[in-house]
Amino acid sequence: MSIDMSQFHQVFFEECFEGLEAMESGLLSLDIGDIDPEAINTIFRAAHSIKGGSGTFGFTVVAEYTHIMETLLDEMRDGRRQVTKQAVDVLLGSVDCLREMLTSIQNEEDVNAESVAVHQSALETELNGESSANTQPNVVATPAINTAPSPIQSQEEDEEPEIEEEQGWKISFCPYLNLLKTGNDPVRLFRELSALGQLTTNVNIQDVPDFNELDPEECNISWDLVLVSDASESTVREIFSWVEEDCELELSPLAKPKKKKKPKVATPVSAPTPAVVETKEVIAPVIVPPPTTVVKKASSESDSAKNAPKASSSIRVDTDKIDTLINMVGEVVITQSMLGLIGENFTMDKVGQLKRGLAQLERHTRDLQQSVMNIRMLPISFVFSRFPRLVHDISTKLNKKITLKLVGENTEVDKAVVELINDPLVHLIRNSLDHGIEMPAERIAAGKPETGTIELKAYHRGGHIVIEIIDDGRGMDKSKLLAKAIEKGLVEESAIMTDKQILELIFMPGFSTAEQLSDISGRGVGMDVVRRNIQSLGGNIDIISELGKGSTIAIHLPLTLAILDGQSVAVGDETYIVPLVSIIESINITEKMLNKVAGKGETFKLRNEYLPIIRMREIFNVKTGAATKPNEGVIVVVEGQGALCGFLVDELLGQQQVVIKSLEANYRRVEGVSGATILGDGSVALILDVPGLVRLSVC
Amino acid sequence: MVSILAVDDSASMRKMVSFTLKTAGYEVQEAEDGVEALEKAMAHTFDCIVTDVNMPNKDGITLIRDLRQLSQYKYVPMLLLTTESSVEKKQEGRAAGATGWMVKPFNPDQLLKTLLKVLD
Repeated sequence: MSIDMSQFHQVFFEECFEGLEAMESGLLSLDIGDIDPEAINTIFRAAHSIKGGSGTFGFTVVAEYTHIMETLLDEMRDGRRQVTKQAVDVLLGSVDCLREMLTSIQNEEDVNAESVAVHQSALETELNGESSANTQPNVVATPAINTAPSPIQSQEEDEEPEIEEEQGWKISFCPYLNLLKTGNDPVRLFRELSALGQLTTNVNIQDVPDFNELDPEECNISWDLVLVSDASESTVREIFSWVEEDCELELSPLAKPKKKKKPKVATPVSAPTPAVVETKEVIAPVIVPPPTTVVKKASSESDSAKNAPKASSSIRVDTDKIDTLINMVGEVVITQSMLGLIGENFTMDKVGQLKRGLAQLERHTRDLQQSVMNIRMLPISFVFSRFPRLVHDISTKLNKKITLKLVGENTEVDKAVVELINDPLVHLIRNSLDHGIEMPAERIAAGKPETGTIELKAYHRGGHIVIEIIDDGRGMDKSKLLAKAIEKGLVEESAIMTDKQILELIFMPGFSTAEQLSDISGRGVGMDVVRRNIQSLGGNIDIISELGKGSTIAIHLPLTLAILDGQSVAVGDETYIVPLVSIIESINITEKMLNKVAGKGETFKLRNEYLPIIRMREIFNVKTGAATKPNEGVIVVVEGQGALCGFLVDELLGQQQVVIKSLEANYRRVEGVSGATILGDGSVALILDVPGLVRLSVC
Repeated sequence: MVSILAVDDSASMRKMVSFTLKTAGYEVQEAEDGVEALEKAMAHTFDCIVTDVNMPNKDGITLIRDLRQLSQYKYVPMLLLTTESSVEKKQEGRAAGATGWMVKPFNPDQLLKTLLKVLD
């Protein structure tokens, strides 16, 4: 039968990457001083599964590589080997190497043999505890994969021609009493034998006890068999391999014309019953495939997999979520049929019923929408799980002692957010590691614990997810920040700034505080990019920092990028949606609060602060706009780009959840507008891009 | 129809085994560890069990030992799929009541051929 193995490759790769992640986090959590055997076992099992799978699916390079890892881990698991930091680092390196190998194989590219060789020799060195052994373990390793007999391999026996002369075998098969208890059955063995040639069975029942003493679960019978066949001895023994320790088995050749050849094969050891010993000796040398051919096979294998499907953008969904969804759909269908019934013979006295039905439909639709959105929700641990490794690697590089604390990893957030938040977070964590946490000596001198802590925390607040990066490092020196900004000409020397504004200087393009650029951070992709990325996700970023005590960076992001809580506002005939998150408050102002600044537009005074006013009517050129003066309409106070300002609109309409439709995909990008939505009456409303509008009005 | 229970914690291996067996016309159920396997084996009596050795929660050898305690599984063939070709593992498997074993890596043909050895 031919089965296309490539159909399992996708699952195999996914499983491997999962396994590698498990190995990585397992390795990182290993406490060198106090080894938890279950932790090692988990790591071992992951390596073991990858090895098994890669062997089966023909990725021999991977199988060989994981075999070495497995051997190392096996020794650790059995306590035969000490778990050292060095060994853990080598294993971590191997995880990376494997990931690379698997990615290449998955993308049908060539495996980077050089990097594999480097990691492999590091592994082997670790395994052997010496530095010069490069090829040896390979040789040792290979037979272990294949040593055991299997029906296919045994046919490759090289002594076959010598046995060919034989006309058959006389077999004495005397099972022990317990043979049946492993589910083996002599009848099946004989069936296999008879497939090799002509089989004659002779039953010995002299050991069968009296009927009243008979235990039907025991095997009291033995057989003398004669097999007329040109099968080799090992082929015959192979059939008995599962029972070889539950029976006495003797094989002797039948009439043989060339007797001379036989002893050469069958009795290398001149023991009276060489049978059992011999099988193993015969089989062992046969199976070792030369390493070179193995490698070749692997590459041709991956060539032939050209038509395999590429990685697809799939998503794993909790079955519970799907069940909820199906329930929801059921409810909607019921409601729909109920409404259908009302509509069939509609009379006015059914209005109450109709209204109730519609209310129910509305509720169900909302629930359904929520359940569907839920499917896209992933725990933030998808992102967080990469960071222990990052922190481990970088802190080692920097010679700093740092522990990473993860809090709220199960907080769920939209898949798109998960994908896009990774890079900004990496950047921020690198910054904390590099600039935030001090060197151990410096920390001790400052009276802090030697080991610094970075806490990565996620939680839901309102319709948002908040991700905080909290370090207990040196904090930011505001005077230094300000001096630097002045030096770079980013702010005027005379500028008077609040603490918050000073801290936010680090988000300005071209601002980098590190006195020395390192390869960890400060590569020019600055905080301004981080902030822009987060804002493009509809979020914002805040900093709190205290000199000498540490910094907290908080990122607020919408839970989903597909739905938005919005405030509808009217400007003339048009309706606009202001994202609820940006709105601080909405107020009516009096003429007294207004303040015109020559050349800089108009402002109004709100609790001792002067806020600029942006007239929606003018920005969007809505001629029908009723509010021509700020005191005629409503001022929606919004926050964008870290600054407050007031949007002048005619009136507030109501709050609602809107489904975001991309304007770029359907029309083109419009400055000041982040998207559009379709209202209940079918008309289109633009969703305001608050930071964008603030920028627009400043320019 | 001959029904077989395929037990492996690795989804790809499990799918491969199960697909191969289904293609060959067997009825197959899957379990991802010994605990699930035992549950399924109690609910339905299979004609053969094919199990991986190293699995979380309950390994293949323990599974076989547990199954052999049940009267309906006293003589049912049980095959171990193992990469661990060491003699001790086999010994351990045999002591637990495994009928036989297959060493990974194997291909679908080898699997079917081995299975024919134990099915009537």
